[in-house]
Amino acid sequence: MSSILVIGGTSDVGIAVAHVYAAKGFDILLAGRNLENLKVVAADIEIRFGVKTQCYHFDALNTADFETTIQQIEPLPNISFYVVGYLGDNELAITDNKEADAIIQSNYTGAIHIINRLARRYAAAKAGTIVGIGSVAGERGRRSNFIYGSANAGFGVYMNGLRNWLQPHKVHVLLVKPGFIQTKMTAELKLPKLLTAKPIEVAKAIENAVAAGTNTLYVKWFWRYIMLIIKMIPEPIFKKMKL
Amino acid sequence: MKHEIANWGNYPVVTADEFLPSFRSEIPSLLQQKTEWVARGNGRCYGDASLAENVITTTNLKRIIDFDHELGIVNCEAGVMLDQLLEVIVPHGWFLPVTPGTKFITIGGAVASDIHGKNHHVDGSFSNHIVSMQLMLADGSLLLCSATEHPDLFWATCGGMGLTGIITTVRFRLKKIETSYIKQLQLKARNLEEILDMFEQYKHYTYSVAWIDCVKQGKGMGRSILMLGEHASLHDLSEKQKRKPLQVFNKSLFTFPFNLPSISLNKFTIGVFNTLFYAKNTRKEIHNVIPYDPFFYPLDAIFDWNKMYGKAGFVQYQFVLPMHARKAMVDIFNRIASKGFASFLAVLKTFGQQDSMIGFPMEGFTLALDIPIRPGLFEFLDELDAIVLANGGRIYLSKDARMKAEMFKKSYPHIGEFVNVLKQYNSAGRINSALGERLGLSGQSH
Repeated sequence: MSSILVIGGTSDVGIAVAHVYAAKGFDILLAGRNLENLKVVAADIEIRFGVKTQCYHFDALNTADFETTIQQIEPLPNISFYVVGYLGDNELAITDNKEADAIIQSNYTGAIHIINRLARRYAAAKAGTIVGIGSVAGERGRRSNFIYGSANAGFGVYMNGLRNWLQPHKVHVLLVKPGFIQTKMTAELKLPKLLTAKPIEVAKAIENAVAAGTNTLYVKWFWRYIMLIIKMIPEPIFKKMKL
Repeated sequence: MKHEIANWGNYPVVTADEFLPSFRSEIPSLLQQKTEWVARGNGRCYGDASLAENVITTTNLKRIIDFDHELGIVNCEAGVMLDQLLEVIVPHGWFLPVTPGTKFITIGGAVASDIHGKNHHVDGSFSNHIVSMQLMLADGSLLLCSATEHPDLFWATCGGMGLTGIITTVRFRLKKIETSYIKQLQLKARNLEEILDMFEQYKHYTYSVAWIDCVKQGKGMGRSILMLGEHASLHDLSEKQKRKPLQVFNKSLFTFPFNLPSISLNKFTIGVFNTLFYAKNTRKEIHNVIPYDPFFYPLDAIFDWNKMYGKAGFVQYQFVLPMHARKAMVDIFNRIASKGFASFLAVLKTFGQQDSMIGFPMEGFTLALDIPIRPGLFEFLDELDAIVLANGGRIYLSKDARMKAEMFKKSYPHIGEFVNVLKQYNSAGRINSALGERLGLSGQSH
């Protein structure tokens, strides 16, 4: 039986991905901070799709327990998907290290702790897929979210290198770079409708990219070009812009 | 984030701070943030229920908690929509015990409106099928309510338009089906008398509803098409249908793209539409076996059909009159036709016996008609209210946006009990809506 591990299992994109794979008959393993909420999601998936589920406690700010858990999950899931993200408050993070650390740990260091463990198991198994969610915010530092952006930039480079490292072991590494997604993380922001993807669209794009062996996935596709243009703006001009 | 919201009739429009919790566990702390709240589902009621300054929208609380395939009992979160539920229950041979004319409503909304369906005369309203539900009061406490646990609160919540608290989960009984098809019989009636007699004659049918022409005057006034249905058995199906007898149907064909200018729906165009619709059914009787979707949800095939009434919005006027009040019905028909308040869609249906605290259905016949908003309409509807009241009838709160508080208080016989429950469980009036204000049910006026 195929299975997928979703780390960040109560996030909107995490739930959408779980639904897409459950519909294909995958068993679903969910990890997240709030076990009570995870169980609500899991019970619903079992009823809707008739697959098995399992829930694990995971906190990106304190990864030790889950690192141990990961080594014991049997069988190793075919796909592991890291979708924990914390946008945080950029202004607050500039004055408050606690906020800065929370952003960095959720999006970067916590991810590395967990994915490193998974990567070693996948390398030994000589098969599998690791999917991680980064952000287009990681492509150029901007005044509104550069702490979140820099953590995502680090994560992006990590995923590139990991792909390279796992290449000999036939393990597929997919980095997803969504633009705007309509989720609880962005509920308070006014997002342009055309540029904003729904969680289910992101999930379906991920399913396709996993099947196709894609390296980097932009959702929606034109974000690749939007970011290309943003990256091409010369710094003397860019630094004066309000983005 | 503050933004404008309206329900299905696009009237009234209010500026609201809308919150969409992802999990039930978030609601208690949310309730502490503001003093006044109301819960909102998919906004498919027509008027001002579920509109307030602060709104908890439950559409992300859409998880099924458990489903007993043998007994046909489902327990789910309040934000689950009927279309989602059908996808889960139909393949196991179960159907909704009561369904309205759209599958895009939430279960919480079904309870708050105590919805009725085409089977009311046989199965009663939704509250008849509820095992229990969980209701969160304004202080964050959670109460299990049923016909035996906190029965007063249970009955005030069924049809109580969300004014008792936030419905979080509902456990209810489903209806066993052998196939997902409906054996349909369509009959033509030449006028109002004939259609009312036909409802009586065919009352043994589980499902019955009539589309009725409110434009035509004279001898053909009230000409209608009666649609009757039963859940089809396996042997009723064609060979092709038998291959997948419990297929889920969930098709939306077309999204209405924009608001039509309100001029495009007038007495003339509606008259033409109605004549064509009536003429399309050339035979006096039609027998067929069709999927449940077009039988129960014909308008769902056109997403956002409410936009055809234009930006000013519309009201749906739905009243019920006792069986004996046929004369009042004729009177109302004459007034609608002569005033030219044409209605694109008018639906007639009989209700069986029911005596709930605040629910709408009572034994009699109910007429629902959509009318675009224009000057003079509300005065005209006040006139109709007077006829409804004088004949012992009442107005459906889920459709209403304009009834006066006095009319409401005189026409709902158990209003005193309802207000007492609000006093006990919502004493500070922290759960309130525009409808509550309008009908004098808000905290201050208890």
